[in-house]
Amino acid sequence: MIPAAFAYHRPQSLGDALALLSEHGAAAKLLAGGHSLLPLLRLRVASTERIVDIGRLGELKGVRPGADGSLEIGGLTTYSELLAGATMPWVKEAVEGIGDVQVRNRGTVGGAIAHADPASDLPAIALALGGEIVLQSSSGTRTVPVDEFFLGPFETAIRSDEILTSIRFPAQPEGATGAYRRIDQPASGYSLVGVAAVAAMADGRVGHLRVGVTGVGEAAYRARGVESAMGGSDGGTEAVAAAAEHAVDGMEVNSDIHADAAYRSAMARVITIRALEAALGR
Amino acid sequence: MTEHVSLTVNGIGREVDVEPRRLLVQLLREELDLTGTHVGCDTSQCGACTVTMDGRAVKSCTVLAVQADGANVTTIEGVAKAGAMHPLQSAFWEKHGLQCGFCTPGMIMAAMDLLDRVSDPSDEEIRHAIEGNICRCTGYHNIVLAIREAARTLRTGETASAGGVS
Amino acid sequence: MTAETEADVLTAETQVSAGPVGQSLKRREDPRFITGEGNYLDDIKLAGMSHLAILRSPYAHARITSIDTSGAKAMPGVLAVIVGADIPYNPLPMAWPAGGSSGVQNNVNTPRVLATDDVKWTGEGVAAVVAETPEQAADALEAIQVDWEPLPAVVDAEKATKEGAPQLHENAPNNVVFVWKVGDESGTAAAIDSAEVVVRQRLVNQRLIPNPLEVRGDIGWYNPGTDEYTIWMSSQTPHIQRLLLGAFVTGIPEHKIRCISPDVGGAFGTKIFCYADMALVMFASKLVGGRPVKWVETRRESYQSTIHGRDHISYLEIAGSRDGTIAGLRVKTYANLGGRLSTIGPGIPTTLYGRVLAGCYKFPNVFCEVTGVYTNTTFVDAYRGAGRPEATYVVERAMDLFADEIGMDPAEIRRRNFLPPDSFPYDNPSGLGTAVNGEKIYIDSGNYEPALDKALAMAGYADMASTKAEARTRGKLLGVGLSSYIEVCGVAPSKWIGAVGEGWGAAMWESANIRIHLTGKIILTIGTQPQGQGHETTFSQIVAQELGVPVEDVIVQHSDTKGAPFGYGSYGSRTASVGGSAAIKAAGKVREKARRYAAHMLEASPDDIEVDGATYSVRGSPDKKKTLQEISFAIGLGFSLPEGMEPYLDETAYYDTPNCTWPFGTHVAIVEIDDETGVVDLVRYIAVDDVGNKINPMIVDGQLHGGIAQGVGQALWEGAVYDDNGQLLSGTMMDYALPRASWLPMFELDETVTPSPVNPLGAKGVGEAGAIASTAAVANAVIDALSPLGIRHLDMPYTAQTVWRAMSQAKGGQA
Repeated sequence: MIPAAFAYHRPQSLGDALALLSEHGAAAKLLAGGHSLLPLLRLRVASTERIVDIGRLGELKGVRPGADGSLEIGGLTTYSELLAGATMPWVKEAVEGIGDVQVRNRGTVGGAIAHADPASDLPAIALALGGEIVLQSSSGTRTVPVDEFFLGPFETAIRSDEILTSIRFPAQPEGATGAYRRIDQPASGYSLVGVAAVAAMADGRVGHLRVGVTGVGEAAYRARGVESAMGGSDGGTEAVAAAAEHAVDGMEVNSDIHADAAYRSAMARVITIRALEAALGR
Repeated sequence: MTEHVSLTVNGIGREVDVEPRRLLVQLLREELDLTGTHVGCDTSQCGACTVTMDGRAVKSCTVLAVQADGANVTTIEGVAKAGAMHPLQSAFWEKHGLQCGFCTPGMIMAAMDLLDRVSDPSDEEIRHAIEGNICRCTGYHNIVLAIREAARTLRTGETASAGGVS
Repeated sequence: MTAETEADVLTAETQVSAGPVGQSLKRREDPRFITGEGNYLDDIKLAGMSHLAILRSPYAHARITSIDTSGAKAMPGVLAVIVGADIPYNPLPMAWPAGGSSGVQNNVNTPRVLATDDVKWTGEGVAAVVAETPEQAADALEAIQVDWEPLPAVVDAEKATKEGAPQLHENAPNNVVFVWKVGDESGTAAAIDSAEVVVRQRLVNQRLIPNPLEVRGDIGWYNPGTDEYTIWMSSQTPHIQRLLLGAFVTGIPEHKIRCISPDVGGAFGTKIFCYADMALVMFASKLVGGRPVKWVETRRESYQSTIHGRDHISYLEIAGSRDGTIAGLRVKTYANLGGRLSTIGPGIPTTLYGRVLAGCYKFPNVFCEVTGVYTNTTFVDAYRGAGRPEATYVVERAMDLFADEIGMDPAEIRRRNFLPPDSFPYDNPSGLGTAVNGEKIYIDSGNYEPALDKALAMAGYADMASTKAEARTRGKLLGVGLSSYIEVCGVAPSKWIGAVGEGWGAAMWESANIRIHLTGKIILTIGTQPQGQGHETTFSQIVAQELGVPVEDVIVQHSDTKGAPFGYGSYGSRTASVGGSAAIKAAGKVREKARRYAAHMLEASPDDIEVDGATYSVRGSPDKKKTLQEISFAIGLGFSLPEGMEPYLDETAYYDTPNCTWPFGTHVAIVEIDDETGVVDLVRYIAVDDVGNKINPMIVDGQLHGGIAQGVGQALWEGAVYDDNGQLLSGTMMDYALPRASWLPMFELDETVTPSPVNPLGAKGVGEAGAIASTAAVANAVIDALSPLGIRHLDMPYTAQTVWRAMSQAKGGQA
């Protein structure tokens, strides 16, 4: 219950925060809402010499729709702020199912993405929307495509001197709709399996499809096998079912006390079907 | 090594020096003697430590005291005004929404967040709003009734009639 | 009844009359809880208080080679570091052997205050730090160096008894604590061998972690000035703990120990027991010169060091004929008791399980053999229901299995085998009575069919086929499950328990003291110990009813061995029936003395004084009267007393109930299963319970709600999971699923009322009924939903994966 001691910094600006990170490197951990980090510190399964609290950097907050239909979400935007912002309805519906109201009031989008828990919901949603993660360090800003961001369990493309400042989602294709479906791990509220899909039909064919899957592999991933099987199809029930067979292609599927690999694999298919059907408006 | 924290708790300004690792719930319980906020777990699951911070429900075991610097915190002790129970408190009493009472303060603070946002919640919305709060005694049945009743009272201004007789 | 009933000397009513008893009064304890003014263990701060933390074994089975505390001793704020060898106390007591004096061999091993030579489960305490702050204590724990020699572990009770299994204790070959048998072995064998139909099934009743929302904790304070100890403890049984800690563990005279249990944030059995930490804080406080020492477990720590529940592996055989008549039930059970025994661990899977296996049925032959087993796991003891949920699960699954085998409706087979209402008092064939010196206990009363009928009507049971068909159109498999249960509350009487030798750890008599102040205000002090049940309300209702005063004029005190009469505490659904009856008895004594004093005041014969509520008047002269307040004022002053009468109204009563009480009822669960994912949704829950007369119906309903939710939790989500090395994988709330609000429906409750004839309240007890009935109801509903696939049994919990796998295998798919 009691974390090991650490030093605490609360930089007043992003620049100060980046300077602290450059100075202390891996010896410092960023604290945003705290809902990923503090539970680990309390159980003493993680510890840190120092904490850099970026929670008050207002410039990292906010849901900012672009004129072109794109959407930029500041890293420190809480789930609750995301729900109150100009976010797509299907994303709101998905976010409403993350954690509980207290978690959504404190937990941040950037924190969840950067923490990269393999059972976290947001990474799958981000993968379905596409776009890029904006990372800043004292040496500058770079972006990483969301497809290249999640590398493994709790492992991302962020360097130890960088801060995730925002996530940019591009305008979705004409007529695109999305959906997120999941099966809960009942104790933790994380997902055993979660699938986000964004689809758009063009001339009676599936013209656009991105599918993000969480809970199944060592990190959230795009189900490219599903996407390619569906692409150009009529998007009908049979096509969906056939495509969903590829939900875990190439993955080493997780196994734990709540669900073994066989169940997760089967559910990845079932939930993929449900997410696709919902995204296609059925 | 300590950090200075300046915050408002139940309407009163407080100045406290704490170790950075001290949690908000410890600040409330240990430094300010506000022991109505409880600790029921160590993984942010149970919600017994729920308070409102700047008007929204948070789990005070998952907030460092230093993160609450400058915040406006309300605990269960600050809910009754001028000696009169808040409608949620009255409704929990009226509807037998508590047994051992350990989850109750957190449950009421989570319900407070809901009723601030939704004036006429459905049972489904009520249950969703208290998903972060575990009660091991009531099976939630009477808690749902209590929150429903409190919402009615807040909407209509009428106090409870049915339920337990006193 | 053959036993002489103490009820005879009391108000012999079993029907509730007008007055506070039977009213749903709002609870008197609630204002403090809803305003944050409750006083739980961790809320207590004492001057000079220090903090203790316990280093726990990371291994399930290991020898301790050495412990180096020097680093920890040098840490900031550390006052003392303690290892097992420092502590001169005895191991903890084990108070309820299986079979007791009947000759069953109990191979007893109990924990020491801190382990000395070896550890038997992950989480056994091996060292402790006392420091100025909780942070310093936690930090210093990490500086203690222990050298371990890990040993092979075993966690499964059945496997632990097999050849070649790791051995835990020298005195317990094959890890067997005891082998206990009850019932007619040869008669049951004959019934099974000659039966038309026999159904066999292996059942696992999985291990549970009870999870009261308040964890346990203690504060020990040694007062050097008086050489006395005070221990604040989150406990259901402060009086018993004083006895056990004094006479059995520390050797400190009992009268030099005071135990105080403040507001208790739920317990469900876990806080009945004598735990090592209680003695540890006593020792530690003296060691640090009399500073109070507080220890509060963390939730993760609690999962390893506070008792677990259930954990049975059973083989059942149920035999009968195709007309649905059951001829015999035989059950062999392996009961996992953990690495060492908890206070009454062996009593739970024996007396409270084997003796009630026949449930509410007239089975002619029942035999049960229970093997208690040591494994490298946390100790197992009483968790809400304690033995009876396990028994109900066995018999109610057995009834459904048998019904399925012969193609009979589950409601019908229950109806055919119910004990008829003229059976009572009834001595069942699973050894319930066990006459010793002529003493037996009985099922006191029952009328099972009306409760079943009511529950079926509420559920719309007759239309279930169409309800199922409708669900099928939505891709859902709908199932309905019944559980007709009885339970035994208030285990008694003392002379039976003593005669059978089934341990003095069981509940027996109870106490109450009533004092009436000069102003007429009443203090009731009781030996029972609330943990959320609302005793301050219900007991004041009882006393107000008995003495004709407003409820507000009675306050109820409890929980402090200094001032409260000795009592056995609250568990086993005993408080209303046994403790409530003690309060009635004390009130009767007060009333009698007040009547005699009223006669003195009114210059009449005591025989001519009539009592109506709080008014004492002379028969035939209603104007000649005194109120209880006038009487208590005058007798309290004592200016004028009749010959031989003592001043003041102050009466204590001890009540030993003549028999246990037997609530019963039928619960119906309706579930829907997602046929693709296996996710189970409890859509309706109907409960018709007969708990006898109710003191406060609102509180009774609340007890049922909570019990039902816990039982549903076992069926659908909860389960302690160990790996083969004895690591608890479900080690935090992140991995142990407790029921949440959005997973449960509103509960639909109704009642029948068959007052218990064995106590003056006619009350039976309700604390455990919900948990006893509901697990089996949900289990039967899930299996019913899956039965079209040919599935006849699954072990709990019915997680999505478990159900999906069964469906896949039944469909011939890969799983």
